[in-house]
Amino acid sequence: MSAEATSAPAAAARARSRLALSTTAPLVMLALFALLPLLAIATGQTHWLSLINRIVILGIAALSLDLILGVGGLVSFGHAAFIGLGAYTAGVMVDAGRGDLLLVVPAALLVSAVFAALTGAVSLRTKGVAFIMITLAFGQMAFFFSQALYAYGGDDGLTLPERSTVAGFPILANKVTFFYVSLGFLVAAYLLVRAVAGSRFGRALQGARDNPVRVGSFGFDVFRIRLGAYVISGMLAGLSGVLLANQAEFVSPAYMAWQRSGELIFMIIIGGLGSLWGAVLGAAAFLLLEEALSGFSEHWKLGFGVLIVLFVLFTRGGLADLARRLTGGRA
Amino acid sequence: MSFTLLTIQILNGLQLGLLLFLVAAGLTLVFGVMDFINLAHGVQYMVGAYLAAALIAYTGSFALGLVLALAGALAIGLVMEGLIFRHLYGRSHLDQVLATFGLILVLNEGVKMIWGAAPISVGVPEALQGSVSLGDGVLYPVYRFAIIAAGLAVAAGLWLVIDRTRIGMLVRAGASNAPIVSALGVDINRLFMIVFACGAMLAGFAGAMAAPILSVEPGMGDSVLILAFVVIVIGGIGSIRGAFAAALIVGLLDTLGRSYSVDLLRLFLPPAAARGVAGGLSSMFIYILMAVVLFFRPEGLLPARGRS
Repeated sequence: MSAEATSAPAAAARARSRLALSTTAPLVMLALFALLPLLAIATGQTHWLSLINRIVILGIAALSLDLILGVGGLVSFGHAAFIGLGAYTAGVMVDAGRGDLLLVVPAALLVSAVFAALTGAVSLRTKGVAFIMITLAFGQMAFFFSQALYAYGGDDGLTLPERSTVAGFPILANKVTFFYVSLGFLVAAYLLVRAVAGSRFGRALQGARDNPVRVGSFGFDVFRIRLGAYVISGMLAGLSGVLLANQAEFVSPAYMAWQRSGELIFMIIIGGLGSLWGAVLGAAAFLLLEEALSGFSEHWKLGFGVLIVLFVLFTRGGLADLARRLTGGRA
Repeated sequence: MSFTLLTIQILNGLQLGLLLFLVAAGLTLVFGVMDFINLAHGVQYMVGAYLAAALIAYTGSFALGLVLALAGALAIGLVMEGLIFRHLYGRSHLDQVLATFGLILVLNEGVKMIWGAAPISVGVPEALQGSVSLGDGVLYPVYRFAIIAAGLAVAAGLWLVIDRTRIGMLVRAGASNAPIVSALGVDINRLFMIVFACGAMLAGFAGAMAAPILSVEPGMGDSVLILAFVVIVIGGIGSIRGAFAAALIVGLLDTLGRSYSVDLLRLFLPPAAARGVAGGLSSMFIYILMAVVLFFRPEGLLPARGRS
């Protein structure tokens, strides 16, 4: 594809993929994450454990959204539905006494994959604003469906009697072990998304973001590629839902509220669209900001909203653009 | 379900539909003319309700409070347009979604700081108290008829302005092709500002009218916003006719779906469970309708002319 190599969008795409495929930053982050629990224990600040655990878990969800939104350019506004589906799968199975992670994870992956395939097959036929709206509509459907789960608490949600076991052992009951299990899932998810994004499939997905007609004329089936990415992304978000339900020992329709989808978008934008590890960084920034502001005032959402507005107005294209400029790509 | 109860449900559906139309009208024009996704449109509805509640209590007069609330909603719309939205017109939809999402957080929390988190109730004005008999001893409140009448009047007025005046012509032209309108020498920024402020005022009007029959509380605009988006997507972006038709369809479908699904589910569920499940399931109807419409007619039922 020598003709493409000279065009400006291709240069930007190369810069972006260089950003996505750099190894130093993700390794530094991994080392930090691995050391944080030890630091928390050493300093006696064990309440930080649940916060960093939520960062890791929502990091998986943000990473999954980054695959379709950042790499694929598909602005999904209903991604929280997948987190909720995974969480409810875990909640219902634990409630039924079939809550081993070896059962729950495959079940949640299956449920999310089916939901993603069905809703993706419909929504990916639309584009632009219509896609944003139809994903929002599907997210709302899932939200109201969970409210109708009367046997599982309806609007009030469901408290898990215990956390999932792993092959029969209650190892997730320990906060530190649970954190490292979550971290293991995050690393696996990151490696998977990175491999997908770097593959021929991922390049076609990325190309279709910038110019679907051209990618189609190369013989790729753009619809199927996007659907494939949508399903992978949904499954990973479902996985994060399983972990989230176990971490909170609680599930409720609020997990699927459309505001949650908005927050996920915000996370990957502050992290840098399409940079993958940036999505995890964005999740960390979001949750730390939330923690700091909520400790500051009960009306922290006001300050948070102001920050979001200022961020959009003054950074143009977010930190991703800044990072791209720093790495020598097109500004 | 008896005929009179069906009549009541249809009237309730009409009333919800007309309130939705008031919110959706501004949203669809902002969306159609400026290609701008304004998630913060729902909080303008909320602001209208709060302003009405506060000003009616302050002045002691429903009519005066309502007029002042409209002026306030208009002023807030103008301020937001000048401060924030103006800088977002040329930006990507993603930026617009995010910035207006931030604005929702600000305004929801803002009203919570000023008026508290507890719902506020607003009394029905004296002149519109009482009920009308629909036969069989079934009564329907006058105020709800007043909402229906006001909604129809605004719809008619909007149709006159948009179909019969010069500014309306420019708005229609803008919804079809804004760059060409600009190239023909129209001050497009002024047009945007007018459309935006009027939209904010209409949403505020809907909130103010709904205040006596709903609880006025933070976040009340969020569900209305999503419903209004469903309406404009079903009706066709930028199309007032489409918004009107879709608002009535959505209002009726939602109201009738709710009451009939309870009856249906009662056949095989205990009453309390039936109400709970029906509440969730019937809320899904309109989203299913939206998905079906988008799938078969991505441009909506009655798209704005010249827009495909």
